[in-house]
Amino acid sequence: MARIASLVTSSQRRSGRPSAAASRLAFAEFLLACDDPAECAQRALEWLGEHADLRHGLCAAVDPEQGRLSGLAGRGLAPSEVSGFGLDLEDRDHPLVAALYAKQPILLPVGAEARKLLPPPLDQSTCLLLPLPLTPLAGKADLKAGLLALSGVFQSTSPELMWIADVLGRRLARLRSLLALAVTERRLAREKTLLYSVINAVPDPVLLTDTEGRMLLANQRAEMLFAAQERESEGRRRAIALNNMLLSAALSQQAMGGVQTRRELPLVNPEDGSDLLFELLSAVTRDAREGTGVVSILRNVTDLREATEEIEENYRKLRLAEQSARAERDRLDLIIDSVADPIVVTDPTGNIVMMNPPADRLFTVPKQAGVAAARAVRANDAHFTSFVSNVFLTDTGSRWLGECSLTDPVSLVASPVEAVAGKILSEHGEVIAVVTILHDRTEAIEKAELYEQLKRASEELEEKVGQATAELLRQNELLQRQHVELEQASALKSQFLANMSHEFRTPLNAILGYTNMLLQGVSGAMSQQQKRSLLRIDSNSQHLLSIINDILDISRIEAGKMPLHVDEFAARDLLAEVMAEVEPIIARAKLPVATELEPKLPKVLSDRQKVKQIVQNLLTNALKFTQNGGVRVRASYDPKTDQVAIAVADSGIGIARHDQAKIFDDFRQADNSPTREYGGAGLGLSICRRLATMLGGRIKLTSELGRGSTFTLCLPRRLRRK
Amino acid sequence: MKRRRENRTAREQPLILVVDDFQDNREMYAEYLRFQGFRVAEASDGQGALDQAFRLRPHLIVMDLSLPGMDGWEATRRLKQDDRTRHIPVVAVTGHALAGHSKGAREAGCDSFLSKPCLPDVLLKEVHRMLEGEKTPRSRSKGGR
Repeated sequence: MARIASLVTSSQRRSGRPSAAASRLAFAEFLLACDDPAECAQRALEWLGEHADLRHGLCAAVDPEQGRLSGLAGRGLAPSEVSGFGLDLEDRDHPLVAALYAKQPILLPVGAEARKLLPPPLDQSTCLLLPLPLTPLAGKADLKAGLLALSGVFQSTSPELMWIADVLGRRLARLRSLLALAVTERRLAREKTLLYSVINAVPDPVLLTDTEGRMLLANQRAEMLFAAQERESEGRRRAIALNNMLLSAALSQQAMGGVQTRRELPLVNPEDGSDLLFELLSAVTRDAREGTGVVSILRNVTDLREATEEIEENYRKLRLAEQSARAERDRLDLIIDSVADPIVVTDPTGNIVMMNPPADRLFTVPKQAGVAAARAVRANDAHFTSFVSNVFLTDTGSRWLGECSLTDPVSLVASPVEAVAGKILSEHGEVIAVVTILHDRTEAIEKAELYEQLKRASEELEEKVGQATAELLRQNELLQRQHVELEQASALKSQFLANMSHEFRTPLNAILGYTNMLLQGVSGAMSQQQKRSLLRIDSNSQHLLSIINDILDISRIEAGKMPLHVDEFAARDLLAEVMAEVEPIIARAKLPVATELEPKLPKVLSDRQKVKQIVQNLLTNALKFTQNGGVRVRASYDPKTDQVAIAVADSGIGIARHDQAKIFDDFRQADNSPTREYGGAGLGLSICRRLATMLGGRIKLTSELGRGSTFTLCLPRRLRRK
Repeated sequence: MKRRRENRTAREQPLILVVDDFQDNREMYAEYLRFQGFRVAEASDGQGALDQAFRLRPHLIVMDLSLPGMDGWEATRRLKQDDRTRHIPVVAVTGHALAGHSKGAREAGCDSFLSKPCLPDVLLKEVHRMLEGEKTPRSRSKGGR
């Protein structure tokens, strides 16, 4: 306002007219308030029309960028005439352009030339052309802001005209500089925006910090890591705080370390809390105005690190694979070399590309070898080549089996060899190589022959065994048949004996019965003679009966129909009983019979009746065959064998050694002649033997002819039932 | 002997049925039993034994086991199955001395078992014993050779 006031004051002072001064002041105020050059120019023309009798006028402004003079406003002119006005400033010969550079207002005569130059209303009278003074433009100090082409009845030096030219010129110059400033500002703002979008477009966080580490400038990515916004979560704020700390630490170390260094900076991703790894690249910038700052570029190497690790891992795997492949190959070599059979690898042209030592022996002429060895190798080569070419020529199958005879060059021994070949095919099915394994069949053939012999021998043996088995079976069958026949015969015999005994008994029953009745006097009294005869009949019948009973016993035992009644008894009681029953015979024999019992004789578990029968039989036998001396019965127990022995010893006739075995047979006595001295059917001992066997024991005999015999019954103390 | 017969005649003499296919033996036992004062009936086979037993209802039957046709075991079994003759004691007498025979006889229902040769006086003793102990004849039966 002070400026305006002074302007007004100076205007008033120059014009010296109070009325005009107020008008000037109003116009000046308008100019100050108006920012539009066209409007300012229009108002100026109108003001001149009011205060200086202007009839027509045109105001044109210099456009320094276009290098043209263009119509700005007009009075008494059509708007199209104003806007259509334009002159090139380079055209210095043009009167209007020249007028711009003139120091004084130029009065241009109206002529044919002017008519071409100016719009029609202006060219009708004398035109006063006024160059307006301006603040200098850059590089164009003499160039005026514009000009007024005026026509009217005024002097060229009219104060109003000069004043207007002055204030309007100033204003226009001012507006133009404002305009230029605005343009510059806009350009600067655009450049700044561009700069920001450039640094934002950088995928890496970029930031500028001051020497204290305060962030001055940052792109979005850097802000994401280091700038906390309002209303952010606690976790995110913490992550950002941590990141800032880490960055400050890294920068301060950097500042101490050097001008520009690279270092790794681990940060936290505020978004998800994951670990990030950055490479920090910072540079110190020194600026006279802004002071010292640090520009930092962070490169995210998290992925890079992972990629690096992955590459390293891949490399390691590759190395391992390579190693294992090498090991595999070594192993394969080892295997091939360790195979005792020759292995040969041949290429499609028939050349040997690889072979193991055994193969080498066959196909290489040994050092210091004779002609024979060389010939053998040639022959081997020929055989092998023919085999391999067969393999190559054959399409069917990937395996080929053949046989040939190869000669060992050292020993010159020819061997039948089995060759097994396998084709190695490429991806396209072409034969790359043929692997042949040669197997010496000498041993196999020998083995096969040996096996054949063995098989033959085995078959022969088998046949013989079969024959022998068949023979055995036949014999066995025969034996079995014989056995059955024998058993049947034995059973028939037993049955026959049983029947016979029954048939004997029936008449005997009548004989004994009637004798008994006669002796009882059923048919009246008997004479002594008759009675004696009847007694003879009776005793003979009794004897016959006892023989029949013995036969029955034997047949019962053999038929397995002799029942066993086992109970416990004392040998002492048994002997007493036997003595009592045999008493009549003892009395008749007139011999002393002594019984002798061990003091601690245990009780016996056996068939009492049968033991008694045996002892009684032995005792009656002893009495029968003894004339002088006596009989001794002795019972004893042997704890070692758990057997009870009852021995009956006599001083009788004794039995010859060769007869001792016979006397236990059926119907046998030692003296079996028809004229024998002693009675009896000869069945007693045979029955005793059978009974003793039934009781699990036996009868032993010790005897001496003429001195006596001792029969001993040995029994288990406890009979075990079957 | 005379005295015994006189005693017996004082009251009704017991009737003994003697069954045996061998005439000599049958008549021998019959003669002896009569001599001893019994009334005696005879039969020579199993069927005859049954007929006589049902008709006469004897006090005791002496039964040989080996008989033609129906044997002694079968005859005894039938007698013991019939209410009319069930109570009559049967003394079996056989020349078969095997254990199986005596067992079979007991199973058939014989009250007593004697083996041939069996002296007439031995049979007499058994007959007396059976008649006197009629109420418990089985428990005191005695085997013999």
